[in-house]
Amino acid sequence: MIVDRSRLPDVGAARPFAFPSIEKSTLPNGLRIWTVRHAAVPVIALMMLVRRGSAGDPPGKDGLAAMTADMLDEGSGGRSAIDMHEALARIGAQFDTDIGSDATLASLTTLSRAADRGLQLLADIVAHPSLTEEDFARVRQLRLHRLAQLRDNAGAVAERTFARLLFGSHPYGHTPMGHEQALASMTVDDVRAFHARAIRPSVSTLIAVGDCDHAQIVALASAALAGWVGDGTDDPDATARAARDGAARLNVVPRPGAPQSELRIGHVAVPRHTPDYHALVAGNMVLGGQFVSRINLNLREDKGFTYGARTAFDFRRMPGPFSLQVSVQTKATAEAISQSIGEIAAIRGPRAITREELSLGVAALTRGYARNFETADQISRGVMQLALYDLPDTYFAEFVPTVERVTAEEATAAMARHTDPARLTTLIVGDLDAIGRDLPALNLGEVAVLSADAVAER
Amino acid sequence: MNITFSKHTLANGLDVLVHEDRACPIVAVNVWYHVGSKNERPGHTGFAHLFEHLMFEGSQHYDGGYFQPLQGAGATLNGSTNADRTNYWEVVPSNALELALWMESDRMGFLLPALTEAKFSNQRDVVLNERRQNYENRPYGLAAMAMLAAIYPPEHPYHWTTIGEIADLDAVRLDEVHAFFRRYYHPANASIALAGDIDTHRALSLVEDYFGDIASGPAVDPVRAEATIAGEVRLSLEDRVELPRLYMAWLSPAMFAEGDADLDLATDLLANGKTSRLYKRLVFDERVATDVSAAQNSREIGGFVQVTATAAPGHTLAQIERVILDEIARLAADGPTDLEIERGRMQAESQFVYRLQTVGGFGGKSDQLNAYNVFTGDPAYFDRDLARYYAVNAASLRHSVGRYLDPARRVTLSVVPRGRPELAIPDSTPAAVS
Repeated sequence: MIVDRSRLPDVGAARPFAFPSIEKSTLPNGLRIWTVRHAAVPVIALMMLVRRGSAGDPPGKDGLAAMTADMLDEGSGGRSAIDMHEALARIGAQFDTDIGSDATLASLTTLSRAADRGLQLLADIVAHPSLTEEDFARVRQLRLHRLAQLRDNAGAVAERTFARLLFGSHPYGHTPMGHEQALASMTVDDVRAFHARAIRPSVSTLIAVGDCDHAQIVALASAALAGWVGDGTDDPDATARAARDGAARLNVVPRPGAPQSELRIGHVAVPRHTPDYHALVAGNMVLGGQFVSRINLNLREDKGFTYGARTAFDFRRMPGPFSLQVSVQTKATAEAISQSIGEIAAIRGPRAITREELSLGVAALTRGYARNFETADQISRGVMQLALYDLPDTYFAEFVPTVERVTAEEATAAMARHTDPARLTTLIVGDLDAIGRDLPALNLGEVAVLSADAVAER
Repeated sequence: MNITFSKHTLANGLDVLVHEDRACPIVAVNVWYHVGSKNERPGHTGFAHLFEHLMFEGSQHYDGGYFQPLQGAGATLNGSTNADRTNYWEVVPSNALELALWMESDRMGFLLPALTEAKFSNQRDVVLNERRQNYENRPYGLAAMAMLAAIYPPEHPYHWTTIGEIADLDAVRLDEVHAFFRRYYHPANASIALAGDIDTHRALSLVEDYFGDIASGPAVDPVRAEATIAGEVRLSLEDRVELPRLYMAWLSPAMFAEGDADLDLATDLLANGKTSRLYKRLVFDERVATDVSAAQNSREIGGFVQVTATAAPGHTLAQIERVILDEIARLAADGPTDLEIERGRMQAESQFVYRLQTVGGFGGKSDQLNAYNVFTGDPAYFDRDLARYYAVNAASLRHSVGRYLDPARRVTLSVVPRGRPELAIPDSTPAAVS
């Protein structure tokens, strides 16, 4: 065959793909058990999703949910923290906890032949942690050291400061890590109370993906978790305070001599359950959700200001942030902000999303969709989203046709509805002396100069 | 346990590896060029990595960004550069395989006609920003540069990092970039692996069609270099950090050489995870450090073991150094316990199984086939690689620790907060980093 290099080859029809089906049971204590059979490799992914996260931190205790999550694997029953990790290592398990605003996640991946042992360890970790005074003191000290180190990390400073600027005292107004003052005031009793209140079976789902039998997983889980009850009926959403309004439009955390400015630009936007979800996902692909998005092509490929720029809607249980995230060379700071805000404003109408742009963004989302279901870990993460946000079992199968139905007009309209240049808050973590004189031309009002510790004030 | 495959070599020297896995309707296309920063010369660093950027900016017959058509077909794609090699990969729905082959072959055979001064200059700015973001503006971000520069002498090709020196990047000319491409980016210095939803016969035939006519370039001789650390080198670096951090390094065997697997398991049992000896002592019991890690960094022409630990407030790097040297001496004297050996093997085995889960991307089956092919000439090395870990025993591990982790021949770097040079290990001299 002679290759025709005058044009790119055509792409044929995609091979049909059957999305994984989920088998479901519920234990008497309310724990949901969802399993998916996936036998490609002798590996099983186990995941405990608890629908309580850092948004459930009580006032004054920012970081409590994360502190609790951090202590889960520090021993249980008669087993010390070291013994617990020895047991995990002996089955070659990969164990991780992950904490976000809406959920706490404990995941354990191991070889299929060690599934029973892995499930028992995961059950002990989540339901029966020791939570001793001594372990608490040690773990809190490590977290305080970590917080001290993060003060030097421009990205981490930007994340925590931006959350506070956007949300104020709202449950989303702090990152899960919390801050020094709150952590210093915590006691082991706070952790025990939070564990009993929030880490309980009625808000949890055990997900197992691998070469496993549903009835067998249910039997193992029943034996390991029947005594798990938790107490109380907290509802973090009910305690939600209004997101803050009235932060300055332009904020700077000075970082003298920094070669780059770490930028965040955004505002509070929409919850996961917005009817505009698919239109916003598609619209954001065009704005800043992929390499060939408008903002990345502008700031990186045209101007060379950055290694990369992106925008995202963070879809959570309550309305989460829409934000642009980029690190730009110091001298380009003001120009990068101006270009970014310009792109956000333009996509709402002045330079509406074109059919070509939309079809490229939609294709990137849909055509390779099957690759998200290759490994047990990937499938368990997908299933976890369904459990966390109460999405239907048909969600995966419907995703592609639903996104493909979005029109350019609908995507533009959704972006116009849920982004607003006038409400954007801009944060710079950078060298104020070097960029200060360029900032007035942005017409974003007075510059609010913040300390890296501004997050502790609320 | 293995990755089944077929291997063929085209007339122009291109190695072709195919692995069938029909579970998911996707195919991974993975191309390795056996060129990395070790093929650069002092004063001309950063080329291989800069090329990784330029390879996405268009070729003669598709003179535009590579992301658009590939992502539009549902692909994910990326590339990476290290000291020894550069890789480029796409994971495409199986119906878009030809598109990926068309584009990979166009940039292998026809890159230079599309490589203009404007693209070059833009991507150099992007790389300088990548350097600012990942090295200069990141706490402890310059430590890796200082360490490599101290472990290896100036003419040794591992002396510099892949991102390159700022002065070199500023000075590089387009014609030098062209010459670098002609020398290293051609079929005889490359290996392509296809893994996934594909018939082997069809895959080979397609690769022949797309790549068979690309002319081969000059043979690339293996890079050889020697390094020794004659004594104890003590360096310090002031950085925008809150807590002092200690880096210690020793020269060690190359990838797959005798002693490599020993030191891989030794560094695991010393400092990987909460069960490790150093974590238990430094972080858990004595609480003089906030974290500790260690790795055998095995590379093609030599390796180095590095141990890193951050001081807890109120404790000194000298305290930490003593504990690390003490634990290494104990391991060299007494060797590991049976339990540690058993745990190490179990972890090695499970890691090998986990690596079989995905066809593409960094570390997927296509990437592993290429790694084994490029570095050992044998894509079937998977089983032999695992066997190396099963062969480690208490005596071999003890021997390798004693032989390589010599306290009298090492590099020590103290990274300390700006204005606090007294927090470095005593008698350290300032490290040179740009």
